[in-house]
Amino acid sequence: MSGTETVTPSRPAPAAATGPAPRTGRRRGPTGTRAPYLFLTPSLVLFGVFSLFPIVAAVLMSTQQGAVLGQTEYVGGDNYQRMVDDPLFWTALRNTLVFTAATVPLSMVIGLLLALMLNRPMPGRALLRTVFFTPMVVSGVGVGMVMAWIFNGDYGVLNNALATAGLPRGEWLTSPDMGMVTVVLAVLWTRVGFCMVLYLAALQSIPHSLLEAASLDGAGAWQRFRHVVVPQLSPTTFFLLVVNVVFSLQAFDLLYVLTGGGPGFATTVLIQYIYRSAFANGEMGYASALGVVSTLLLITFTLLRWYLGRNDEDNR
Amino acid sequence: MSTAPSPTRHHRGRNGGTWAIWTLLVIAALITAFPLYWMVATSLTGGTLTQSQDFRLWPADIGLDNYTAVFRELPVGHWIVNSLLIATVGTVLTVVVSLLAGFAFAKYRFRGRTAIFFAYLLTIMVPIQVTLVPSFLVIVKLGLVDTVWGVILPGAAEATAVFIARQFMLNIPTELLEAARIDGAGELRIFLRVVLPLSGPLIGVLTVLAFMARWNEFLWPLIVLQGEDNLTLPVGLAGLQGSESFAAPWGPIMAMATLTTLPVLVIFLLCQRQFVQGIANTGLK
Repeated sequence: MSGTETVTPSRPAPAAATGPAPRTGRRRGPTGTRAPYLFLTPSLVLFGVFSLFPIVAAVLMSTQQGAVLGQTEYVGGDNYQRMVDDPLFWTALRNTLVFTAATVPLSMVIGLLLALMLNRPMPGRALLRTVFFTPMVVSGVGVGMVMAWIFNGDYGVLNNALATAGLPRGEWLTSPDMGMVTVVLAVLWTRVGFCMVLYLAALQSIPHSLLEAASLDGAGAWQRFRHVVVPQLSPTTFFLLVVNVVFSLQAFDLLYVLTGGGPGFATTVLIQYIYRSAFANGEMGYASALGVVSTLLLITFTLLRWYLGRNDEDNR
Repeated sequence: MSTAPSPTRHHRGRNGGTWAIWTLLVIAALITAFPLYWMVATSLTGGTLTQSQDFRLWPADIGLDNYTAVFRELPVGHWIVNSLLIATVGTVLTVVVSLLAGFAFAKYRFRGRTAIFFAYLLTIMVPIQVTLVPSFLVIVKLGLVDTVWGVILPGAAEATAVFIARQFMLNIPTELLEAARIDGAGELRIFLRVVLPLSGPLIGVLTVLAFMARWNEFLWPLIVLQGEDNLTLPVGLAGLQGSESFAAPWGPIMAMATLTTLPVLVIFLLCQRQFVQGIANTGLK
């Protein structure tokens, strides 16, 4: 979603041009009316109290120290200084980056493969699409519990199957090395269908004539994919990239239930460390500083998202 | 759905390739469906059969024992009511607030519009972990800790919903509004009588998306709600891990997981179109 107007007009633009209207179809109500402010008020109040104010407060709090409900004192940049010397912060940061770097490209590639395979007439196609998309709507806590059960070391169905096949039981959730792999697999399960649906929609909007023209020019299947399909998908790819990064940086529910950040701190990501600092350790200043830093991580990508929206606009 | 590849799709339309791909897709679909199947299957498995190292792919000793056990041992009834209340009231609030705001942004020119819009954009970009602590302090100051309103209100400010609403309403012809104005209708009347009747699909998308988000919400209710009876289903479910209440805990836990996920699954299957459309709108426009 860009902040800019990118609606494809679904009906003819209004014919009546009164004065130098900069854009057709975007004339406003009478100027000077209070109506728009009244319409906006409920939303503004909620946003002000629960979004804008907390954002400002978070930055201020990151320079303070104290318990969640206790007295606070100004400590300047101490919280940020402390972060540099905090090995757990670096562990959480590294885990966040590994988790993001694994989940984002994998979910997009698998989603694209599924979309390419589904993009043809076949029996049961609608049903297949529904099945792939379903995990997206399941609560993260539910997914986490089911995955904890499937990957359970002693009685989980996966290890029982492996043992029956004569293979060793895996330490899916109990070994620090496997913990992250298991978490990534579980997240992929929730994420692939989302990527698939958006890719499929984009594939279906590629004009057939483009592919035919490429065929006539002697392009093989791979060349058509590489030089026609991939460029046509690029807005979707870019959007999915940014959104998936945002999802990954905010992933909390599933990890909280599946591993609780463990074993040890092997799957503790930043958002979990923030939750822990604020609500288990009661260090709200430090938690706020961690929050500000993780926002800086996100800003890089949200700027890309914004940029994508503008590019999109120019191309229309 | 035809059973044979349509002849108009020439390349790759050949039977062999299509069936190979179809088989692959069916295998992938089975893998995708398995966790949910296993959740339900386990929830129906009775006794201590879940504490077994034998490989089994279907429920044994089928019955609803696990469901009666969770209702007996835990305040599940309270949790269901709380979840329903929060999801329903939260959804109505989000939809109403977003429709009003979306209309203002789409159809009026007013002082501060760009700046306010920009501020909304900003809130979409800031991840929840930043505002967690200060938002909690706001809830403390308002005396809303451990209440449903403490969960409902902060989530009602949903910038994405405002954007979807605005995007949709840009497509409503301005002439319709002006015609109504010439007929002497006030602005609120225009909203109620002209804009709302045209916004059916938008309301559908917003409702489905908001309900899913509110029902599945976890981190915020986890922080705000504290009393055992006041939890929502996801928060209650998360608390079952390592629970001592049950002899063979995975059966009851999967029963709780089924209770938690089923409502949204049903809504999704009934309203799939709004859903997919909503997800696509959130992004690409």
